[in-house]
Amino acid sequence: MNTESPIAIDVRDAVKRYGEFTALKKISLSIKDNEFFTLLGPSGCGKTTLLRMIAGFEDVTEGQIYLYGDEIEGLPPNKRPVNTVFQNYALFPHMSVLDNVGFGLEMRGASKSDARRRGGEVLELVQLSQFAKRKPSQLSGGQQQRVALARALAPQPKVLLLDEPLSALDLKLRKAMQIELKHLQRETGITFIFVTHDQEEALTMSDRIAVMSAGELQQLGKARDIYERPHNKFVADFIGETNLLEVSVDKIDNGHAICHLGGGHSLTCNAVDGIDVGTRVHISVRPEKLFTSDAPSGVESLKGIVKENIYLGTDLSTIINLDEGPDFTVRTSNSERGNKRIFEPGAQVFVNMEMGAARLLVD
Amino acid sequence: MSSSKTDVRRYPGFLSVTLLCLLVLYAPLVIVGIYSFNASNSITSWDGFSLRWYAEVFTGSESEKFKIAAWNSLFIAIIAASCATILAVLAAMAIIRGGQFRTRQISQGLVSLPLMVPEIVTAVATLIFFNAIGFSRGHMTIIIAHIAFCVPFAYMPIAARMQGVEDSYEMAAMDLYASRFQAFCRILLPLMIPGIISGFLLAFIISMDDFLITNFVKGAGVETLPTAIFGAVKQGIKPNIMAISTMLLGLSIIIVSLSYIVSKFDNTK
Repeated sequence: MNTESPIAIDVRDAVKRYGEFTALKKISLSIKDNEFFTLLGPSGCGKTTLLRMIAGFEDVTEGQIYLYGDEIEGLPPNKRPVNTVFQNYALFPHMSVLDNVGFGLEMRGASKSDARRRGGEVLELVQLSQFAKRKPSQLSGGQQQRVALARALAPQPKVLLLDEPLSALDLKLRKAMQIELKHLQRETGITFIFVTHDQEEALTMSDRIAVMSAGELQQLGKARDIYERPHNKFVADFIGETNLLEVSVDKIDNGHAICHLGGGHSLTCNAVDGIDVGTRVHISVRPEKLFTSDAPSGVESLKGIVKENIYLGTDLSTIINLDEGPDFTVRTSNSERGNKRIFEPGAQVFVNMEMGAARLLVD
Repeated sequence: MSSSKTDVRRYPGFLSVTLLCLLVLYAPLVIVGIYSFNASNSITSWDGFSLRWYAEVFTGSESEKFKIAAWNSLFIAIIAASCATILAVLAAMAIIRGGQFRTRQISQGLVSLPLMVPEIVTAVATLIFFNAIGFSRGHMTIIIAHIAFCVPFAYMPIAARMQGVEDSYEMAAMDLYASRFQAFCRILLPLMIPGIISGFLLAFIISMDDFLITNFVKGAGVETLPTAIFGAVKQGIKPNIMAISTMLLGLSIIIVSLSYIVSKFDNTK
């Protein structure tokens, strides 16, 4: 990570209260220049509130927000060099596509002809030049989305805020737009702050992700860190699919914790700070880190019976019940390589994993 | 239309009640309309089709009086409707776009209150008010009174339209460096124009047609079209009154229809 790059947005101890209700509880985070940064969390976690505070539509109850070193609290939205792509696009319905895109430039003092010329260039960037004269209502949802993007990019903001902009699109289009957004961010070099509740979207596009829940920051890191090394139960459960099991810690030895799963099964995990013998904690094991076999294999092996196979196209998901213990879900990729065996329901199998696959979580 | 058993048209007596209502409401108007084309001097016996009473309105002995009254009405209606429309837009901005404030409900009620107050009460109250502050009666008093009671009529279509415009458009405009005023002029106003025109037309025709309040607050010698008609009727109903009434009715129908059509206009397609 390049520590030299300047900080685009610095949120320090930001609190947002609506009367009795606290929407944001002391959030601090720094977003780097030229970064694709995602605020990820379920609805009501405060991610959109934080975005609106950066845009200037909500004031900050406590704390500060800095934009490239300048405090922006007190500046109205029209005085902040940030632009927003709204969830419902909010394209001006009475203006042509080109006038929509040129609006920000015109408000910044460009002449009508300059705004049109520069707007035309940005429309070209999102491949919509042929629709310049149309009204927004004459475009498809995907096209409207791109116009909203062009309109927000045209005045060359220092930071672009995107409020769940892809949520109204169908799956195929959404996937295509994810790639397009990522490319646009690289081409323009503008810092993107993207808000979504879709963890897959976040993993696909982001340089870094801030996972939020109930007004608090749960974890901040690169996509891989968040997926592979979740800090707590919420992050492990929210990002991707996982086997989340409640266990009791039997022994801590030389950096390893031996955890009891019930039914006489136990697992060895890397110990983490704040865990003592006898406490009940959670462990998380990603289903794709597990593999099945008819004889013990790998560092850890647990014996069980196949309950069900679920065909998912790209993968096969197998649910295995450990003898007198919990269920495990195992994911096997549907590739032609390797000699994978499919066990039918009722078959006795071993669930195997390598060291480090099972992660201990502090709540 | 549904043909289910709950269809209102299947209720006993539906047809007769409907016809009775229509008859009571519209027969007098239809009769006035028809008899305005009567060739006879009589207002009750039909003597063939003629436009002589329409000609009489414009050229007859009373034509000068009606002409002055009509210009007065037009002048007052344009000024009153314009002022009422501006006030209604401002009221709508405060009530619909002003966020949550404590007196919001009351404000909304106060704007529409004149619709509920009996007109004679408003008329007497306005007259007493003008007397109390020593305002001499004339064109000015009529205009002020008209502005006051036209505001709720202008407010209704304007508020309805403004409610239909999502505030995210103005937010987007401000996000794109527009000031509050620019966002209003460039975004909200163009989107609301149909509602504003509709409100203006409604206020215009309400002012144009008003008799009761005008009659109270007008000074001696100042007549609007409705008060001039009333004055003429006091000396006996002549067919030219029917002609002028029919013309006023026609104008009302046209303006109200126009107001309705404009209010439904979608300027975003």
